[in-house]
Amino acid sequence: METLMETGSLHYYLAMVWFLLWGVLWSVYFILDGFDLGVGSLLPVLARSEAEKRAMYNATGPFWDGNEVWLIAAGGVTFAAFPYAYAQMFSGLYTALMLLLFTLIVRGVSFEFRSKVDHEGWKKLWDTLHALCSFLPALLLGVAFGNIFQGIPLDETGFSQAGLFGLLNPYGIAGGILFVTIFLMHGALWLCIRTTGDLQVRAEALAVKLWPGVVVLTVLFLAYSAVSTKLFTNYLVYPVLFVILALPVAGLVLMRSYLGAKKYWMAWAASCLYIGGTALFGVIGIFPAIIPSNPNPANSLTIMNSASSPLTLQIMLGVALVFVPIVIGYQFWAYKTFATPLTDDDMHY
Amino acid sequence: MDVLMLSRLQFAAATMFHFIFVPLTLGLSVLIACMETQYVRTGNEAYRDMAKFWGKIFLVNFALGVVTGITLEFQFGTNWSRYSAYVGDIFGSLLAIEATAAFFLESTFIGVWHFGWDKLSPKAHATVAWLVAGASNLSAIWILIANGFMQNPVGFTLRNGRAELTDFFAVIANKYAWLEFFHVIPASLLLAGFFIMGISAWHLLRKSNVDFFKRSFTLGVTVALIFSVVTAMEGHIHGNNLSVTQPAKLAAMESHWETQTAAPMNLLVIPGEDGNLLEALPLPGVLSFLAYNDFNAEVKGLNDFPKEDRPPVVLTFLSFRLMVGLGTLFPLLAGFGWLMRKRLDDFPLYLKVLPYCIPLPYIAIWAGWTLTEVGRQPWIVYGLMRTSDAVSPVGTGEVGFSLVLMTVLYSLLGAAGIWLMIKLAKKGPEDNSPIQV
Repeated sequence: METLMETGSLHYYLAMVWFLLWGVLWSVYFILDGFDLGVGSLLPVLARSEAEKRAMYNATGPFWDGNEVWLIAAGGVTFAAFPYAYAQMFSGLYTALMLLLFTLIVRGVSFEFRSKVDHEGWKKLWDTLHALCSFLPALLLGVAFGNIFQGIPLDETGFSQAGLFGLLNPYGIAGGILFVTIFLMHGALWLCIRTTGDLQVRAEALAVKLWPGVVVLTVLFLAYSAVSTKLFTNYLVYPVLFVILALPVAGLVLMRSYLGAKKYWMAWAASCLYIGGTALFGVIGIFPAIIPSNPNPANSLTIMNSASSPLTLQIMLGVALVFVPIVIGYQFWAYKTFATPLTDDDMHY
Repeated sequence: MDVLMLSRLQFAAATMFHFIFVPLTLGLSVLIACMETQYVRTGNEAYRDMAKFWGKIFLVNFALGVVTGITLEFQFGTNWSRYSAYVGDIFGSLLAIEATAAFFLESTFIGVWHFGWDKLSPKAHATVAWLVAGASNLSAIWILIANGFMQNPVGFTLRNGRAELTDFFAVIANKYAWLEFFHVIPASLLLAGFFIMGISAWHLLRKSNVDFFKRSFTLGVTVALIFSVVTAMEGHIHGNNLSVTQPAKLAAMESHWETQTAAPMNLLVIPGEDGNLLEALPLPGVLSFLAYNDFNAEVKGLNDFPKEDRPPVVLTFLSFRLMVGLGTLFPLLAGFGWLMRKRLDDFPLYLKVLPYCIPLPYIAIWAGWTLTEVGRQPWIVYGLMRTSDAVSPVGTGEVGFSLVLMTVLYSLLGAAGIWLMIKLAKKGPEDNSPIQV
């Protein structure tokens, strides 16, 4: 691929900033949609009555829509800041991405559709679809990012056809399993915050049981990455970067200790730290590639050959500096207003 | 079929399905915000009940609009990756700005609006309604600026094998985009007006909740009348602009073949892809007037465009006629309702017809977009990039599979959603207590 910029130029630094923002956006998406996908997947596992089902829907009801926009933003930023990588990523992962979108569509409408008809079969149908279409996105996102970490077989033109079955390689599947487990844990912690009574007791017990699973899978995934990806290359060149690993490790430890102390908000925050730290670890690992090429690294899509023009990157940076703090501000307010334990008043839809 | 055709079909299906729900979101959100404002101003609970009743239908519609919008953003990458790589510098940034500046606002506050009836004061809740309405319409601005770039590309230069941004202000000040905006927004309000009129008429005919639906009808018919006129007037300005920016589209929508001065508009035309099979009943100079506000102006005909640069004539022509025909009907229908709004009981036939008119603005809007997008062909970005050069190098099987899956899924969801909206609409406002567990 032809490079568009000189290393060390303004263009290069702008692209670097956008690479970091790109990583942050995906991290925030995983943190926020992570818990509502987790809660949705847990629906058939945890809810024992109609009231508990309703409580699980309403635990995420006010938030899922705003959370999903972080995916749009992450996709939009890939498109705007690194159009070549966007074109490659989404056409290369065609079928996986289509399935992801379709499942997210079904999940979204299930919130609205389920309660509008008072009929057992209708509700059961949407409950099943809701759980399935929360579980599959978690799995697919994990498979997709596993494959990106590992590298995608790109040719000189940058375009490749991975195909769905090509993505389902052992490392990709490992990524999928890791994502699913993390999101389940994250969702269980969210339920501890928002529910009361038996449901909360069960959610907490499940979180306690999931925690060692998350720890073991994280360690195994890191070991697998060391063996079968180049994710550690940057870290070995600049060992100081290993401090990033302190974030997920601290997240894991804090998560467990707050959970033991029944400080659910703090435990969930620690889970956010863990997810954000893990995502950041992966993102730094692939730098300066956005889509690393494997087996031929020379074909990688990097910030140098995929970025937009300096003008676009500058304008977008201005927009992001103005609007992202505003978005965070009102989303924070919405969480503060609605993320309280559900009472009978909150049970309608 | 090849990947190009499959991808075009898929994009058409995705956008047309998305655009069943978007115009109602744009229009109805504003009207609901008005209802809530009236409630705050007057303290009259009838307005709150109105906001709740129309709001419930709105939420089903909104959910479908939002979830189908996600597919669209990603389709540029999945199916049109060469396009994305070529114009991403400009087009991608507009979509990203839309997400950051508008879509976040809309999606965050719809949750607050939905769950906030008991948590927020009426004033705060009305403010949230305006935020949702404002953000939806702001979102439309950015999307139409992006579409405007495809129709009339400005503010770029060709460098590094792609279109690079040189003048951001030119891109956002694109006249084509703003003309689209001022056509789409009034059309959406018109549609929301007819939507409210149709459902209200159904109830008025059955004498259920008469006061409630008379009040709703008056709001709906007033909005429908005003904006049917605004939409039509703006449409004329739009036509004027086409003569400058996209003369081939203008010629195709009139199936106008020979370049001539004082060009007539033929009332009866049977168009073909290589010339008209029949043209009769010419109105002298009218086409020249529509295009240039001058009965004697010269209008370029399709024969003066190379064949490979001509849009599909028949589809463009028919969608234009359909849009304009319906656009003429709307002010008449709304005007009659507005004049007779105090004694609607005397016109049962009118009330009976109105619910069946609800699909008409949808059809007109679909026809309008068909004209806009098909009329732009063979270009994906007018004069700059051909649609055939824009498609992703993906396999026919993959696109075919996703197209079938999408069509099935969208049909099922669309049918369920419309059925739910009809159910909620028929139920009426009497039971306004929230649905309990």
